[in-house]
Amino acid sequence: MSGYFKELISGTKSLFIGLGITGKYFMEPVVTMQYPMEHVEMTPRFRGHIELIPDEETGEPKCIVCGMCQKGCPSKCISLEGEKREGVKGKVLTKYILNFTTCSLCGQCVESCKFGALRFSKDYNLASPRKEDFIFDLIKRLKEKS
Amino acid sequence: MPEPFRVILFIIFVMAFAGLNAAYLVWCERKGAGHIQRRIGPKEVGPFGLLQPIADGIKLMTKQLFLPKGADPILFMAAPLMVMVPAIMSFMVIPFSETFVAREVNIGLLMIFAFASVNVLGLLLGGWGSGNKYAVIAAARCVSQNIAYEIPMLVTAITMVMVTNTMNLNEIVRSQAGWFFHWHIFRLDISLLMPVAFLIFFVCTLAETNRAPFDMAEAESELIAGAYTEYPGMGFGVFFMGEYANIVIGCALSVILFLGGWQSPVPFHPAGFLGVIWGLFWFLTKLYALIFTVIWIRWTYPRTQFYVLLNLSWKVLIPISLFNLILTALQIKIFPWL
Repeated sequence: MSGYFKELISGTKSLFIGLGITGKYFMEPVVTMQYPMEHVEMTPRFRGHIELIPDEETGEPKCIVCGMCQKGCPSKCISLEGEKREGVKGKVLTKYILNFTTCSLCGQCVESCKFGALRFSKDYNLASPRKEDFIFDLIKRLKEKS
Repeated sequence: MPEPFRVILFIIFVMAFAGLNAAYLVWCERKGAGHIQRRIGPKEVGPFGLLQPIADGIKLMTKQLFLPKGADPILFMAAPLMVMVPAIMSFMVIPFSETFVAREVNIGLLMIFAFASVNVLGLLLGGWGSGNKYAVIAAARCVSQNIAYEIPMLVTAITMVMVTNTMNLNEIVRSQAGWFFHWHIFRLDISLLMPVAFLIFFVCTLAETNRAPFDMAEAESELIAGAYTEYPGMGFGVFFMGEYANIVIGCALSVILFLGGWQSPVPFHPAGFLGVIWGLFWFLTKLYALIFTVIWIRWTYPRTQFYVLLNLSWKVLIPISLFNLILTALQIKIFPWL
């Protein structure tokens, strides 16, 4: 009989404790993010697809078309071209295509770039029903960004 | 005001009150659920999602009223009404304020309990009539649950009738005039177990209206949607509205019996029209505080198992409410001057 009352009282108490916890949560601010309207700032080590780093003065890509990224890529998803131009030292990048459908974000390209011309972007809103949308023209992207 | 006008106005008021409550309690429920889980809840349709119930209503109304194969057409269609109509009828005797009551029926309390039991019949017929095994199981569960919880609820109500000597809801409220410690829940001089009696009554209200954690009629994790499984569009909508109207009735009854109805916590009551507003304000404040508690409880506790539910009633609530009945009778007999 004493067990009956003990259980009754402790049970009722625990119910009120439960209400207290949810009541506290009710008062606290919301923690969810309204995703399509708000975007979260990605962490520094997040790996999006690669992007070209612009030169701070000219705004042109820092790339000198050495082709190390292309060689280092295990998935063969980078293709780039460059040409000699008058008055400019070294080669000028004319085409940089990333086929993101086969990229595994291993980072060999960023690793192998000795000129600091590549980095991981913070883009993560990538969704499309078409394959072509994942073949990025990185020079075009750089121009659009600046 | 001439009588026919009064009747028509009250019918319109009661139906609007029941309908709006059903619509906007869903909104409150979703907002409450959201904030308890630290989300926002509905926010897209209208400011703060306030038009969400209307959007839901339109969506339900545009759906086809489909009669499943093997269903009993009359029972199937009548069941939602049997949940909704008694709930609306019960509003007729609820005193919103001292003079703001559609009909001061002498046996108002009895009338509400009589109508409340029709609600179960509606669920039973709905489950049976839809010819679905899950619905029948839910209907059977629902009936045994309601029988189990009707007893402690009625015993507690009898205790309160014994205390107040009347079944007229307005008289019950009038007997709690004065300071807030004259409300029945604080009247330890009438019965030492008065707060416990309120708790029992409140738990029974939850069980009677099939609210979580006692929502055996729905039990979506084990019975799809319980008795509502086969209901399309507004058939389901009416069930839902009836359920919310029943919650309002149950909470209103708790407020009237234990929390002083339209009485303010201080002994101040302005005369005339202002008094009606004053009473209405306090009644609705208490009512919605209690309804918020109901929502809060739903999003705190998981659904109980069925035998736990029945054990709670037969082993805990009924003995204690019977003991409270005897204790109250003794205290009234020993201290008759109170």
